[in-house]
Amino acid sequence: MFYRENGQLKTSYQADQQIFPIAQDRWAIIGLVLFAIVAVPLLANEYTFSAILIPFLILSLAALGVNILVGYCGQISMGSGAFMAVGAYAAYNTLVRIDGMPLLLALLSGGFFATVVGMFFGIPSLRVKGLYLAVATLAAQFLSDWAFLRVPWFTNNSTSGSVMVSELQMFSWRIDTAVEKYLFCLGFLIVFAVLAKNLVRSAIGREWMAVRDMDVAAAVIGIRITYAKLSAFAVSSFIIGVAGALWGFVHLGAWEPAAFGLDRSFQLLFIVIIGGMGSIMGSFFGAAFIVILPIVLSQTLPALGNLVGFEVSTAAISHAEFMIFGALIVWFLIVEPHGLAKLWSTGKQKLRLWPFPH
Amino acid sequence: MRVRNALLAAVVMTAGFSSSLTTPVFAQEQEQFFPLLVFRTGPYAPSGVPWANGFVDYYKLVNARGGINGVKAVWEECETSYATDRGVECYERLKGKNGGATLFQTMSTGITFALTEKAPGDKIPILTPGYGRSDSADGGVFEWNFPLTGTHAASADTQLQYVASLVGGLDKLQGKKITLLYHDSPYGKEAIPILQKRAEMHGFDLSMIPVTHPGVEQKSAWLQIRQNRPDFVLLWGWGVMNSTALKEAQATGFPRDKIVGVWPSGSESDVKGISGAEGYSAVLLQPGSGPDSQVVKDILELVHAKGEGTGPKEEVGEAVYMRGVVNAMLSVEGVRAAQEKFGVGKTVTGEQARWGYEHLDLTQEKLDALGFHDVMREVKTSCADHMGSSWARAYVWDGTRWKLASDTWFQADMSILDPLVKTSADAYAAEKKLERRRADDCQS
Amino acid sequence: MGFFLEALFAGLMSGVLYSLVALGFVLIFKTSGVFNFAQGAMVLFAALAMARFAEWLPQWLGFESALLANIVAFLIAGAIMCVVAWLVELLVLRHLVNQSDATLLMATLGVAYFLDGLGQSGFGSGIYTIDVGMPKDPIFVLESVFPGGILLNKEDLIATVIATALVGLLTLFFMKTTTGRALRAVADDHQAAQSIGIPLNRIWVIVWCVAGGVALVAGVIWGSKLGVQFSLSTVALRALPVIILGGLTSIPGAIVGGLIIGVGEKLSELYLGPLIGGGIEIWFAYVLALVFLLFRPQGLFGEKIIDRV
Repeated sequence: MFYRENGQLKTSYQADQQIFPIAQDRWAIIGLVLFAIVAVPLLANEYTFSAILIPFLILSLAALGVNILVGYCGQISMGSGAFMAVGAYAAYNTLVRIDGMPLLLALLSGGFFATVVGMFFGIPSLRVKGLYLAVATLAAQFLSDWAFLRVPWFTNNSTSGSVMVSELQMFSWRIDTAVEKYLFCLGFLIVFAVLAKNLVRSAIGREWMAVRDMDVAAAVIGIRITYAKLSAFAVSSFIIGVAGALWGFVHLGAWEPAAFGLDRSFQLLFIVIIGGMGSIMGSFFGAAFIVILPIVLSQTLPALGNLVGFEVSTAAISHAEFMIFGALIVWFLIVEPHGLAKLWSTGKQKLRLWPFPH
Repeated sequence: MRVRNALLAAVVMTAGFSSSLTTPVFAQEQEQFFPLLVFRTGPYAPSGVPWANGFVDYYKLVNARGGINGVKAVWEECETSYATDRGVECYERLKGKNGGATLFQTMSTGITFALTEKAPGDKIPILTPGYGRSDSADGGVFEWNFPLTGTHAASADTQLQYVASLVGGLDKLQGKKITLLYHDSPYGKEAIPILQKRAEMHGFDLSMIPVTHPGVEQKSAWLQIRQNRPDFVLLWGWGVMNSTALKEAQATGFPRDKIVGVWPSGSESDVKGISGAEGYSAVLLQPGSGPDSQVVKDILELVHAKGEGTGPKEEVGEAVYMRGVVNAMLSVEGVRAAQEKFGVGKTVTGEQARWGYEHLDLTQEKLDALGFHDVMREVKTSCADHMGSSWARAYVWDGTRWKLASDTWFQADMSILDPLVKTSADAYAAEKKLERRRADDCQS
Repeated sequence: MGFFLEALFAGLMSGVLYSLVALGFVLIFKTSGVFNFAQGAMVLFAALAMARFAEWLPQWLGFESALLANIVAFLIAGAIMCVVAWLVELLVLRHLVNQSDATLLMATLGVAYFLDGLGQSGFGSGIYTIDVGMPKDPIFVLESVFPGGILLNKEDLIATVIATALVGLLTLFFMKTTTGRALRAVADDHQAAQSIGIPLNRIWVIVWCVAGGVALVAGVIWGSKLGVQFSLSTVALRALPVIILGGLTSIPGAIVGGLIIGVGEKLSELYLGPLIGGGIEIWFAYVLALVFLLFRPQGLFGEKIIDRV
């Protein structure tokens, strides 16, 4: 009843091509962003910030990057963790090796170096396809695990191989508290989400999707496959790299390569699948789901156990988490292969007719 | 289809909402909260499970004995799977619970690094007895870190002293070949600086072979060892890497009595049931295995006999289990020390507990009274020295149990360790733009 | 030279074991088009079942014979793997017919997580031993030619023999039995096979069951060598370069690929590793496979990929 586009007539091409052609959508998103910037810092406590919101924002950002490569361009990548690692370590190195390096520039340089590495590992995609490529991207993962452990230069010759970032300062703003960290990450996420959304609905985005749907056909109609694939790798690894730098700098503070291991790559892939391949919105849904699920399980399972009358051990929770997680993935794939984003759009469709579906 | 969608939506909704539900626990009596970051699953579970059981059993024992001067110990476990980001999440989750965390014991070197950056801001001390970052022994820089009873660097030093005692003294190490086989992680790498320093001093030839996580692939490493034919192999493994190393040693015919482990490589789960493990020795920073000690008898009597034991009864007293017990004991005794200053029988805050850990003075009599006779030796911390002591003994596996190799207690040579620690701590302070604590700060 | 031969043998023997795991992947991919990421979890699950039942059975039933316990435990573990196969088909694959490769891959990742959790909660997360009486001590040959001789591992030799026998058996099964012929028919063309009356669902159960059996054998061999523990599931990651090198659909590919990867990673670790810091074997295997792929995108023995618009 309230969600109708009736009467919203478009009088210019510009109006017709905006991101959210429906006024209610537009207002809802603006409201949501304002809510995230203004209301959340007032409402949430420190635990929510540090353990849920900040990881959620950073993983959403990383998933955005993965989604561009996997969801829009159709190149399955199991090496996303490696690009996060490159971003984090490159940002760290630029920060400590260049005097007076501003934080913002260091983080972006993390993205830049991730782009370079990402394009390098994108080269095989020109020749190798599908599952072969997916396995081949694991090479990036294991190579980065090794390089950041074994090459002392990357860690500034730290004896333990663990690196840390002392303080975060942008211009004269010292990013200390959880709220400030949250806002800092949120800023990145909003900027990159808008960029990504515009990118995927531009010419290059349509080229990616054409390559995803069938690359031979795309080549036939004159799309440059090399350009499309490598640009997808580049854009995706840039975003993932920045997310990696944020993960290290803002969330962990001190990290070792294990923070960006194979599990991280799989996690990002799950986010994209559960959230919805080829959907910007899906990246957020997926990240929220992945971040919140284990926390919910570890808090509700003991309570459930108490109801039934037996004590649930930490190990049992952790095992149950594995099983529930695995089962949910399968279940999602069977019930809704297009992820949470598809549910969202179905819900919106339904809402347009509600409450009079006939 | 509609039912499915409704179900889907329900799952998503509950996931969204129930996370915001937290049930506050109001203390009826004075309680002291000890959060536990455990890892009972994953590749390192064989070491993590008995370790965690030791912790919990000791807290149960403390309560059975009447608490900490009447203050009840409460604890909550959080599973980290030995992963840093999970550890950070657990830290954030537990730090404010049950009236605030007294301290955190990270049980992982990686998590220690991450929490070292966070804990000072929250005013919560971090205890890393026997592990953690080696430079945090310097309390002048690392105000909130307490690697009580020794660090990995101290571990490496005592291990080398034991090796030297086998060949007849440190001067006899000249020209010997020693290989360090280490877990390629912050933990394993902590050994390198001190061993390199020692190699330079005594003129032995040190070669290093890293083993990639989780450590099940060691064939090449042992072929390399077979090719080099070192006089000793120093094993710095963790979890499944240890048993694999011993199996590969047997498969390549390397004598097990020439392999010397450190404490993370010296628990029962590492050697039990492995036919070729006999003769393997390990230098354990206190404690070692202690099935006959008084504290174990107490735990069996006051906790397990009542059916409240945490793990299997047979594992009580194993080396890693004892480590949990001692770690828990240290955390409790620090609180006791703090109570003497801030009010006996009252809950202490993290900040007050920090004072307690810095003024820990566990004499042998006190330890004996607690039931730790012949398990560990005295610990005395100060503002400058957050380590307290670094006693270690060597044990040999005889096929069924860990036997003391000799009665000698080793202690790290602080004249070698201190400069390394100080250099590293100063570098850390410079990077963090921290000032060393002044002398008057130590009085408070 | 002696050292080189030692490294070569060590590489060949670990290569055979990789082949064994890779075989499980190939069997399933060939017949059902599923890239089964859960193969590693299956190896772990099977080995855990075997190890624990061999330990439990004598306690429950009160007999002493280790041999009997091992045989019965092996059979039980085999049966469990078939039940797993049946459930996977019933609950997962049947609902995902005609989905994209990526979806199927993700589904098996889900299965892998589930099995990891189930295995650990049902059988425990400690280190367990499988003692099937494999000799542990090394033998030294050609001592007259090289100083110190060449180290050979009896256990590895026996494992090689078992693996070879298993491959032979599977080949016979595929070539000579009716079921094997049906499997090959399904591998060639699903629709054609179905139209002549081959029940696809049953074929999938059989194939997953066979893959479960291969996983069990691999699990027993690895478990006897290294102990059964959570980390065993990582052997799948070491077998992945093998199958992309050999080709996803080729059984000879899995074997040749395994040998190449095994030798390649051992030699690289021992000769190249010390120069650049060590610990390189896992990525070296992947890079090696990747370089091969650049020349033959379908792997050594894979079917040629033909794209049609």
